[in-house]
Amino acid sequence: MLDYGLTEEQLMIRELARKIALEKGVPVREKLDETGEFPWEIMKVFAESDLCGLYIDEKYGGTGMGELAFCLATEEISRICGGIGVTFAASALGASPIVLYGSEEQKKKYLPDIAAGKKLAAFGLTEANAGSDAAGMETTATKDGDHYILNGTKQWITNGGEADTYSVIAISDRKKGSRGATAFILEKGMPGFTFGKKENKMGIRCSATRELVFQGCKVPKENVIAKEGMGFIVAMKTLDMTRPGIGAQAVGIAQGALDEAIKYAKQRVQFGKPIITLQAIQHMLADMATQIEAARSLVYSVARAIDNGSKDFTKEAAMCKLFASDTAMRVTTDAVQILGGYGYMKEYPVEKMMRDAKITQIYEGTNQIQRNQIGLGLIKEAAKK
Amino acid sequence: MDIIVCIKQVPDTTEVKINPETNTLVREGVPSIVNPFDENAIEAALALKEQHGGKVTVITMGPPQAKEALKQAVAMGADEVYLVSDRAFAGSDTWATSYTLAQAIKKIGKYDLILCGKQAIDGDTAQVGPGIAEWLNIPQATFAVKIEVADNKAKVERMLEEENEIVEIPLPAVITVVKQINEPRMPSLKGMMKAKKSEIPTLSLADINGDPEKAGLKGSPTQVVKIFSPPAKGGGEMLTGEPADIAAGVVAKIKERKII
Ligand SMILES: Cc1cc2nc3c(=O)[nH]c(=O)nc-3n(C[C@H](O)[C@H](O)[C@H](O)COP(=O)(O)OP(=O)(O)OC[C@H]3O[C@@H](n4cnc5c(N)ncnc54)[C@H](O)[C@@H]3O)c2cc1C
Repeated sequence: MLDYGLTEEQLMIRELARKIALEKGVPVREKLDETGEFPWEIMKVFAESDLCGLYIDEKYGGTGMGELAFCLATEEISRICGGIGVTFAASALGASPIVLYGSEEQKKKYLPDIAAGKKLAAFGLTEANAGSDAAGMETTATKDGDHYILNGTKQWITNGGEADTYSVIAISDRKKGSRGATAFILEKGMPGFTFGKKENKMGIRCSATRELVFQGCKVPKENVIAKEGMGFIVAMKTLDMTRPGIGAQAVGIAQGALDEAIKYAKQRVQFGKPIITLQAIQHMLADMATQIEAARSLVYSVARAIDNGSKDFTKEAAMCKLFASDTAMRVTTDAVQILGGYGYMKEYPVEKMMRDAKITQIYEGTNQIQRNQIGLGLIKEAAKK
Repeated sequence: MDIIVCIKQVPDTTEVKINPETNTLVREGVPSIVNPFDENAIEAALALKEQHGGKVTVITMGPPQAKEALKQAVAMGADEVYLVSDRAFAGSDTWATSYTLAQAIKKIGKYDLILCGKQAIDGDTAQVGPGIAEWLNIPQATFAVKIEVADNKAKVERMLEEENEIVEIPLPAVITVVKQINEPRMPSLKGMMKAKKSEIPTLSLADINGDPEKAGLKGSPTQVVKIFSPPAKGGGEMLTGEPADIAAGVVAKIKERKII
């Protein structure tokens, strides 16, 4: 693999994540996909191996190794199983509002357990009638003395039901428009906070996707993240931070499919020779590898820029997610093609990779929305000139 | 409770090739790993430490490259490691190896328990663990699938061919473990970083007060006369057709070869 100038620690993280994914993920991924069982066992191994707090400061129990380190681990895990990969990454999505905007007390209270992997986190923004148009959400938070009362339902929340800590966005004052939402920290077990059934999905089947249901759920005002009215800002800045992570997940899934395609093409004989000797196959593999490397370079560069203190990366974070996820879809589809009929069968892992790849074009904002973001960024930049 | 674990670095396959001219293992291109049963021994030691407190020390006798195996032990959580290494140890058989490790253990001094894997996957003798116990003149229990420690005694469940046996032995003792005893933990990131930075202390023949007559080739009563790969078994013959024809074919073959 190309030398990306990774530090010794970053190389170690990659090696460790790969070792765990290979030894603990490969033997179970097919079964997890079939049954949809949540990957608690391997999540515990990540926890014991110190991989859950890469993006969290040492002060709060993490290892403080930053965005690129987190992306490297996510990539290697997803290379083996996209479902385990998103379970790992979605905890960071759920914790990011606290990392970015939490008060000192909130950070001390919630981050150490998440960093240690003792608890998972989740992020609740989407609702049945508010997907791309998050501002259309209907969940409300009504102030009541020292508390807010939450009512409404969040839909398709990754790690829902399994996580202990939830960052949830709700409308606190509809009249205020984009300043009318507030972010809250919720804990599993709070009265009035329950879960819907686990969704039955096309891919990433072992990851848990559930509704969060709030019925008069009383949340103390200490659990407001940042300030009342900052909910959408918290959500948008969170997604800026985590979209490169989805990019890394997509790069991992694509790389996993390329690994399988090459292995198969070397060993499959037709017309008297291995199909990898056919130029048609080589050209497909060449395109796949080139696209993956381009996606990886983009993800690593943006992650590194974030680690170096870059402030405004909304547009580039969107590019990471857009380009890498489109790459993952194309590459996994081509991997199935290279394996022919065998690729379509569940005995080989590429059909699962193709199903897993699809979600990366949808969640954390569809790729249409990413393009909108990038377009908006271009217009803003042009206006400054 | 202070535990010393003896490990060995071995080639990463049970099917290493042998150079027919020199009768030695071809090690080029074969990555080295910690002997799998020794990983179980490390895990058993770490688990006992988690229960009872104390310290886990891991040692290996081997060439300088064997430091890598010790670094893996540190990454898993070992507190201290020592490489027992000296040109004088070259050519050791199991007698000399167990002598050398026992001397190193005496040098390290304080221990309640010594753990080893049941055997190394390259030599497959299963003699070094018991040998160490003899040199140290302490009790031993081999093939442990379960170890419980209380009141300065170890209750050990031994996995035998037909049945399991539970024995109780006073500590200090040597116990060798089978792979069914546990699942070795993965290294941790903090452990890997510690391993990267750690200097691995080396103990020489002089450091362990070793007798040169008892170490290495000189101290090894076993002489390897020849190492060879046994000829591969020929592939079987497949009979096809209707079940009745196949059965008749089998009977004919058996008669032909005068097996019955
Ligand atoms: C498995 C899974 C896990 C998820 N996990 C989470 C989670 O943890 N937390 C969370 O909050 N959400 C989560 N989501 C929700 C996810 O982020 C949304 O599904 C996504 O944002 C799209 O919303 P939607 O499904 O309502 O689609 P819609 O918004 O209804 O979009 C439908 C189609 O219209 C297009 N479209 C919509 N608006 C525009 C526009 N303005 N311009 C161009 N095209 C447009 C979309 O691109 C799409 O093709 C998850 C979803 C899934 C399926």
